[in-house]
Amino acid sequence: MDSHYSSAAISVRGLKKSYGNTLALRGVDLEIQQGEIFALLGPNGAGKTTIVEILEGFRHRDEGDVAVLGIDPNRQPMALKIRIGIVLQSTGVERYLSVAETVKMYSSYYPHPRPVGEILGLVGLEAKRDERVLRLSGGQQRRLDVAIALAGDPDLLFLDEPTTGFDPSARREVWEVIKNLQSLGKTVVLTTHFMDEAQYLADRLAIIANGKIVAEGEPETLAGRDRMLATVRFSLPDGVVPPLHLGARMTAAHAYEVKTTLVTKDLFDLTSWAMSAGVDLEDLRVDRPTLEDVYLELTTEGGASKSKEVES
Amino acid sequence: MNSVAMLENQIKYINKAFWRNPASAFFTFSFPLMFLVIFTSLLGHHSIEIQPGHSVDISTYYVAAMAAYAVVTACYNNIAMGLAFQRDSGVLKRTRGTPIPSGIYILGRLLHALFVAVILVIITAAYGKLFYHATLPTGTALFEFLVMLIVGSLTFCALGFAITVVIPNADAAPAIVNASMLPLLFLSGIFIPITSTAPSWLIWIAKVFPVYHFAWGMKSGFLGTPFDWMHVVIVAAWGLGGFLVSFRFFSWEPKR
Ligand SMILES: Nc1ncnc2c1ncn2[C@@H]1O[C@H](COP(=O)(O)OP(=O)(O)OP(=O)(O)O)[C@@H](O)[C@H]1O
Ligand SMILES: [Mg+2]
Repeated sequence: MDSHYSSAAISVRGLKKSYGNTLALRGVDLEIQQGEIFALLGPNGAGKTTIVEILEGFRHRDEGDVAVLGIDPNRQPMALKIRIGIVLQSTGVERYLSVAETVKMYSSYYPHPRPVGEILGLVGLEAKRDERVLRLSGGQQRRLDVAIALAGDPDLLFLDEPTTGFDPSARREVWEVIKNLQSLGKTVVLTTHFMDEAQYLADRLAIIANGKIVAEGEPETLAGRDRMLATVRFSLPDGVVPPLHLGARMTAAHAYEVKTTLVTKDLFDLTSWAMSAGVDLEDLRVDRPTLEDVYLELTTEGGASKSKEVES
Repeated sequence: MNSVAMLENQIKYINKAFWRNPASAFFTFSFPLMFLVIFTSLLGHHSIEIQPGHSVDISTYYVAAMAAYAVVTACYNNIAMGLAFQRDSGVLKRTRGTPIPSGIYILGRLLHALFVAVILVIITAAYGKLFYHATLPTGTALFEFLVMLIVGSLTFCALGFAITVVIPNADAAPAIVNASMLPLLFLSGIFIPITSTAPSWLIWIAKVFPVYHFAWGMKSGFLGTPFDWMHVVIVAAWGLGGFLVSFRFFSWEPKR
């Protein structure tokens, strides 16, 4: 195996997969570093679960090279299973065991398990130690899923939509659990539909649409988000028109916007004019493209084709 | 952990979950014992002619028949429904993602079912002995009985694994499991004694399937009829078939 695989936790080249006539993955390349939290972001049916389950060894690829911790998941499944932890998108657990019994049972499958008490502490389930699994809430069950994934003290964790269906506070709690994992030095690969989740958790993320990665990078700079035009918006009272040199465009009655890369200078020009003319700039605000704008741009119809120029 | 310790450990957890699950504890465990009490109480003091010139006490007949029935529920029904439910809820797939060897996981389920079957048979026999002075197999008959018990248990476990192949989801499991087993239980003299007057075409149909042979193998020692090793062979052949089907087609992931 190539030497460059050793530094990366996961390395994927030209990954293709189809189900019958459905082309689920059309050539995916990924490089995920050790110790990183990496998010796969994409709409329903984009291919997130397909990628993750190929990496975990559950599904077989049609084409491409895959190395997870230097291991081909389909060739040495056992060697891989010992070192990874998996939270599947939809999953179940024996309902009649207690929380501690469940984690202990899964721990017993691994050569170097992490102590059960420590795991329950990490995911915040100590208080539910002796509760039967069937009495846990949805959020607690998901934390149990993470606990089970941690049972073997893995180097790498896969979390397929860890927070889907949660209320905002339960999501926050699971986020903290995931942040904790990183501080233990684990590599985490997670999939999500939520921008805020990717933005908060991920060191790097990839946006996937229609079986292809359409953008990849850090949340702040993804797809040149930081270099895109900012928009200065404001409204003016009846009868007042902004001077031409500001380059403002009217968008509705009394409403104007200025597209710019020089926000500080243009704001200064605008406000100095307003001060000297004695006009009040109502609703003055500066908008930058959010991760969501980028995401929608890239994942909606026709967006994917434009991605090349944005990526450059 | 070595394989034996892992297996032991696995059986321990399967056992815990089994007794805490009201459905499995009731349908697998209490059901056969309940039938035993009902049948023997209703009909226990009559006798029937099972072969020309050979009559037995009905209570003895039912003790043997319910022992056979207990093995079928503990192995076939318990494994088929348990696995269908666990497969559907994703437990099996999760297990598949951990390093426990599939062989150990499957063997754990199988040995646990065997354990439940043996306990049920012991309770059934003890009940028959205590309340109805049923004749229990001894000597060679006991040995033959035990061989049939073990071979039959393994076979019905294998068939339980195999039937999950045609069970699409957990909701369909009880229907498919019962539809595939109940008629055979009736045909094979488990619930209704097969007497010498039974129509021969019915017997011929029954003889195709393993329950009939298993039931006779189990009953011989109680009823004093000759033990036919052919019964063991036919039951084992079905078991082998079930094993091969499971080995080839068993799925750890929910079907869509
Ligand atoms: N087992 C399967 N059989 C057939 N088609 C499948 C199967 N699994 C996925 N697909 C198809 O492959 C495509 C990608 O599915 P995948 O589950 O990977 O998407 P996803 O990004 O995880 O979506 P979601 O956000 O809804 O979980 C979809 O078109 C889906 O219908
Ligand atoms: Mg998915």
